[in-house]
Amino acid sequence: MEIFANLGLGLSVALGIQNVLYCLFGVLLGTLIGVLPGIGPLATIAMLLPVTFTLPPISALIMLAGIYYGAQYGGSTTAILVNLPGEPSSVVTTLDGYQMARRGRAGPALGIAALGSFFAGCVATLVIALAAPPLAEVALKFGPAEYFSLMVLGLVSATVLAHGSLLKAIAMVVLGLLLGLVGTDVNSGVQRFTFGLPELSDGVGFVIVAMGMFGVAEIMMNLEHEGRREIFVKRVTNLLPSRQDLKDAFPASARGTAIGSVLGILPGGGAMLSSFASYTIEKKVSRNPETFGQGNIRGVAGPESANNAGAQTSFIPMLTLGIPGNPVMALMIGAMMIQGIAPGPQVMTERPDLFWGMIASMWVGNLMLVILNLPLIGLWIKLLTVPYRMLFPAILLFCCVGVYSINNSSFDVLVMAAFAVLGYVCVKLDCEPAPLILGFILGPLMEENLRRAMLLSRGDPTTFVTKPISAVLLAIAVALLLVVIAPAVRKRREEAFQE
Amino acid sequence: MKVTRSKDFWAGLMFIAFGVGFILVARDYAIGSAVRMGPAYFPTVLGGLLTLLGLAIGGRAFVAAGAAVGRFALRPAILVVLSVVLFALALRPLGLVAATAILIFVGAFGGSEFRWWEVAVLYLVLIVFSVAAFYHGLGLPFQLWPAFVGR
Repeated sequence: MEIFANLGLGLSVALGIQNVLYCLFGVLLGTLIGVLPGIGPLATIAMLLPVTFTLPPISALIMLAGIYYGAQYGGSTTAILVNLPGEPSSVVTTLDGYQMARRGRAGPALGIAALGSFFAGCVATLVIALAAPPLAEVALKFGPAEYFSLMVLGLVSATVLAHGSLLKAIAMVVLGLLLGLVGTDVNSGVQRFTFGLPELSDGVGFVIVAMGMFGVAEIMMNLEHEGRREIFVKRVTNLLPSRQDLKDAFPASARGTAIGSVLGILPGGGAMLSSFASYTIEKKVSRNPETFGQGNIRGVAGPESANNAGAQTSFIPMLTLGIPGNPVMALMIGAMMIQGIAPGPQVMTERPDLFWGMIASMWVGNLMLVILNLPLIGLWIKLLTVPYRMLFPAILLFCCVGVYSINNSSFDVLVMAAFAVLGYVCVKLDCEPAPLILGFILGPLMEENLRRAMLLSRGDPTTFVTKPISAVLLAIAVALLLVVIAPAVRKRREEAFQE
Repeated sequence: MKVTRSKDFWAGLMFIAFGVGFILVARDYAIGSAVRMGPAYFPTVLGGLLTLLGLAIGGRAFVAAGAAVGRFALRPAILVVLSVVLFALALRPLGLVAATAILIFVGAFGGSEFRWWEVAVLYLVLIVFSVAAFYHGLGLPFQLWPAFVGR
């Protein structure tokens, strides 16, 4: 059994004393920022990116990964106790989790969220270990045409999964692609869209765009409807769910894990989408759907398992194909590049210690989270009593320092301010920023592969459909689009008929 | 409802502006051919696509009454952006300690409540933390004090 040998190698790396400490630091920091609304894993990882340069590659990646899945744990605490999502991926947890807390069952809600996440984390770790090697093998056969089609699929799924208008999501992707092209064109050396500014000749770093549109713009949005946070439960007792709770929650948790594992792999998917999908399905399969929203434990167990599974399996496309499925994975790729490791299918064979060490560390980290989190809940509750007006200047400072320290450039901070304005306007116009970021990251890669593919095929665009892998990828993309458009069209038609 | 109050209208306009803008700037670069794409090829195609999408999105505003643009809370938005811009401009000449003060006080002024002593305490905590963690701990190359004070 090769997989056990591989996981054994991974565990031996992950259990090294230094790596355990970095993993602990990562998951603790992740939980902390997960608990706090208004600062997410994206901003945190971006801030720590320059620091990771001084660490050994494996320790750096273990820590950053810990921040991401740790945040999924933390987000649920805030959702249950304060009725505010600490992370976007715990939005649906507020529905039933908070109701459970109001009925004096905050303890079991927190307990089941943690246990469900742990279960999902274990399964997802296995899924990665099983799915990554064959995928990497396929990826080794990828040429430019296949990479281009894969990215098209990634972008299409990002637009399909974005909520709101499909047209706007596509437009945001295209705008992101265009903004990603700013800088020196690698093929011709021409400076594109730089307006003669030398600071733009390397393009705009995506950390800067992400911090502007997610970090600072989010503060602007939050300040607009800054309400008082009411913490319902001052002290949580009896965290352990009853036997009946476990019996109710387990099937939901298992379904959530399955959904999350699948949706996490999709480019553009990840934690948030998984939790939404899981909640919808729990409501569908339940015999009494009307109890959802009134403190049904399955409405906590399902989505909380799903978001953790999704967060972890979203590492698969990054690790095997070198393609970021979401902005956090793009930052992980950035972290690998800083260390001089080019992400892609070759990582698994060239640096097995790194690859399997990181996967094993996820299991270690999940174990730490479930052990640490339950006793630490009192501390997190204390933290939540800090009012937002004291928090946001601190977040603002960390964003500025983080962006400045990437290149020691004040200009970058100004660019971040510009993207904050753009992000704020976009949200005001119902255009979600997430697809833009994905387009921004993939823009240069896509152009590069498009050019190469067209050069190889001597300008024949049918190369994308005559190569089998590429054709399949494009077909999936088209099918996804049709699935979304079809019901919308039908609905519109029905409405027209009724008039 | 007037068309000019619709979110779709303004979103469409924004996308058209970006699309046309990118096409116009890209005219300065070589377009090349499908086999050997020049630097203008991909952006021009995307710019055209974005313009079309913008037209479709903006066009919806004339057909169906969509959501109206909500209120912009200008005070917090402007103060937050202003604080970041001032930080960027002040960091080199004035150093981290002064630039952080500007960032925190101007930014906090955008919050719902502003209490001098509260913000002052927050600033002190943050600047001590920043100097300890970023400057000494991580060794980030900041200048702490204004350039004219000397070192």
